[in-house]
Amino acid sequence: MQIYLPIAELSVNAILILGMGATVGFLSGLFGVGGGFLMTPLLIFIGIPPAVAVGTQANQLVAASVSGVLAHWRRGNVDVKMGSVMLAGSSVGTVIGVWIFGILQRLGQIDTVISLSYVFFLGLIAVLMLAESLRAMSRRGRGGRGRGKLHKHNVLHGLPFKLRFHKSRLYISALLPLSIGLLAGLLVAIMGIGGGFLLVPAMIYLLGMPASMVAGTSLFQIIFTTAIATFLQAYSNQTVDALLALLLLTGGVIGAQFGTRVAGQLKAEQARALLAMLVLIVCLKLAVDLVSPPADLFSIDIVKGRV
Amino acid sequence: MRSRLAIAVALPICAWAPPAAAQPILADLSSHVIAISTDFTGTEVVLFGALEEPGNVAVVVRGPSERVVVRQKDRIAGIWVNRTNIAFDNVPSYYGVATNGPIETFADERLLERQEIGLNHLRMAPVDAEGLAETQITAFREALVRAKQREGVFPAEAGQVVFLGDRLFRTTISFPANVPTGQYQIRVFLIRDGHMVHATTTPLIISKIGVGALIFVFAQRYAAIYGLAAILIAVAAGWLASLVFRRG
Repeated sequence: MQIYLPIAELSVNAILILGMGATVGFLSGLFGVGGGFLMTPLLIFIGIPPAVAVGTQANQLVAASVSGVLAHWRRGNVDVKMGSVMLAGSSVGTVIGVWIFGILQRLGQIDTVISLSYVFFLGLIAVLMLAESLRAMSRRGRGGRGRGKLHKHNVLHGLPFKLRFHKSRLYISALLPLSIGLLAGLLVAIMGIGGGFLLVPAMIYLLGMPASMVAGTSLFQIIFTTAIATFLQAYSNQTVDALLALLLLTGGVIGAQFGTRVAGQLKAEQARALLAMLVLIVCLKLAVDLVSPPADLFSIDIVKGRV
Repeated sequence: MRSRLAIAVALPICAWAPPAAAQPILADLSSHVIAISTDFTGTEVVLFGALEEPGNVAVVVRGPSERVVVRQKDRIAGIWVNRTNIAFDNVPSYYGVATNGPIETFADERLLERQEIGLNHLRMAPVDAEGLAETQITAFREALVRAKQREGVFPAEAGQVVFLGDRLFRTTISFPANVPTGQYQIRVFLIRDGHMVHATTTPLIISKIGVGALIFVFAQRYAAIYGLAAILIAVAAGWLASLVFRRG
């Protein structure tokens, strides 16, 4: 069943898009991440222009994070204060990101920058996660579970503008969540991802937030960041395809249901190791594409807005 | 704008032409409008016509002109990055030719050049090309044609003009699913002894209709409202999903 996408201006198989949504939804339900880092490269792979893929993905993530955050909200696992401080940073990051996106698009470098950022961030995160979950598995294998200090004091605790975050039981500088948010905002705008895969470890390891609070709080912040990105991409670049987003999120919602069910049967370390491997595969694929000689050295771009 | 102007000029000429008997060539389309609805997967239009006296026929289908940037990748620090780029003006968004045989056998080279018949005769003008070597411009122009062919909007194979007897002819023009929208002009040339005897132009409009068109126009004209609507729909969908999820 072919369907014509009005903004991407091409005809795609609706079943294929629904299937992609369902697959990524399944994985995001399984691992508790947004799945943008899988969906954006997939969309580009099936021929959606990268700019439309990124813009539409931001829109789809609004829906995904709303439904995610409601589940966490009911369990009281959202630190609104922490989320809001991060949001202040990510709003600025998103605005800067969309601006940079436009410039890179005009220079013809956006594709390379998207691929490079994917390779860098995915590679970094995959290696960190894989190492961490392997350590955890071997700890569990030995039977004993190493119990560290409640939190370590380091240079990050010397920063000014300290705030108390009751829900997360933290007393830290507001600059930390602010700058993590800033980076997350940049990623949403440039890479078309919610940035959950980056935010979650940053919140655990850099902020020292309790693991139970992390997912809900990062999702809370991602709703607003992706909403801002959607608005800006729609307003300044006209790259949000509502029909494509609707198809993706329909598939995504169904897939996520199954994903969460399977997730209950997986151990946390196993899930993380699997996710790390998945991230690593996407990363390697993109890296190979960057270094292998392209089939045609030339590519074309239509200059919009003139005749 | 230029193509629209061309149609505006060409149309009255066709309309005010003397009665059919005096016309060396007549041509019309099975449809002058192609509507792209949400189930659009490409389409075909039949062009048919008649000659007063036998001759050869070439049909040129041309979409609206645009500016296209051609970028060349180069290896920098191990990765392939866009490095050099040349922009070309007056690039048709769609370009196809149909003839009743190999065109070089019945048409003069100068005629092809003058009338822009055939991919190698397109006058796509490089922008700010001073100081660029001719060989480089040629390489970029060829790359542009290659890329358009990959997209299927510059069909590599010339279409077939079929004669029924020696006066009546027809040809089928196929458009792919990703056909660019806009006002097309279809020129039909009557060629005899290598020279153009007559030419006629018929317009074709390709536009989106239905929900797709509505979404597109809305996104272009009311970008801010469109953005807000997209967010609201997503929030509603997420909320709905969470309701279903909770029950399930």
